[in-house]
Amino acid sequence: MKNTSIALSFSVVFAATMLFAAQGWCAQPGAANPNAFNRLFKPKKYNLPPAEDAYHDPESEEVRELQAPAQAFQSLPKSASGNKVDWVKAVDEKKITPVWDRGDPAAQAMPMDLDIVFEVKGTTPDVVYPHRQHTLILDCTSCHPDIFVPQKGANQISMAQIMAGQKCGVCHGSVAFPIAECRRCHTNKKTVATRKGAPAKSNKP
Amino acid sequence: MSQSFSTSIPRKFALAGMLFLAMMLGRVEFAAAEFGDIVINNFSDGVGMRPVVFPHWFHRVRFACKVCHTDLGFAMKAGGNQLDMAKILEGQFCGACHDGTTAWATERCALCHSGRAGMPNQVNRNKDPKLTEAAPAPAKK
Repeated sequence: MKNTSIALSFSVVFAATMLFAAQGWCAQPGAANPNAFNRLFKPKKYNLPPAEDAYHDPESEEVRELQAPAQAFQSLPKSASGNKVDWVKAVDEKKITPVWDRGDPAAQAMPMDLDIVFEVKGTTPDVVYPHRQHTLILDCTSCHPDIFVPQKGANQISMAQIMAGQKCGVCHGSVAFPIAECRRCHTNKKTVATRKGAPAKSNKP
Repeated sequence: MSQSFSTSIPRKFALAGMLFLAMMLGRVEFAAAEFGDIVINNFSDGVGMRPVVFPHWFHRVRFACKVCHTDLGFAMKAGGNQLDMAKILEGQFCGACHDGTTAWATERCALCHSGRAGMPNQVNRNKDPKLTEAAPAPAKK
């Protein structure tokens, strides 16, 4: 009697373990091939509906009334990160027409087409800062003079500051495209000496 | 014999169940927040309301950044405005649009107060004090 009960309980534990293990192995991509790419990669979920994301309380009935980001984004141009939306392109292609002035529906942004080149250490491509894309949605006073001194060469910017939420990092990383998108800012490729004594060349404008 | 039969099976079943549950729990993946969503919890927890979740994406489709960050004076820091309902009912900050005309009025509490309880001010699940302003200490009576 005791033996059967032990055998029964062991078989239950074994069955549960096998069931779980099978689930776990099936869920992992590349389980069949141990040398597949991205062994430790967990696919990140984007544009989750409010009731399923990390912030909203799924127990609240009103949360179900809120719009799902994926629904709003389906007609907008795509990008690789952040909201997965290319917001600048969306404005340029008039997919969205953000209101510029609450008191005047006819008011339009006055974009300023001025590029600022920031020379960067080493072989990292220089940053070309385009005023145009920023002035489509922002006012001069949003950045000047509190965040950036409006004078070329007067701003000492480092990636450490940006990652700590200063300078460009006030927006980039929080609401504008994240810092991992290096080449969207570091665009101006340069050819510099990689060895001592080699002639230094630069195509800085 | 009969005693061991009556006690051993439930215990083993409970053990199996617990083992199974623990394994399932270990597999739970924590969901992401939408990029740019801000949690504002200056006073909400203290008065038993859910914290506010502000979706940047919804607002930037409709308004230029400048409308709120220049015209309405919103600081560019999570929790940086020390928002309370008195300011909003006066028509400042959110209250400039959330008046029942441009956007839902303040009676629809739970549409904004929609977050999980107990979350501090934060952006993109990042609670770094460099990016966020801590909630003010509760007023003493």
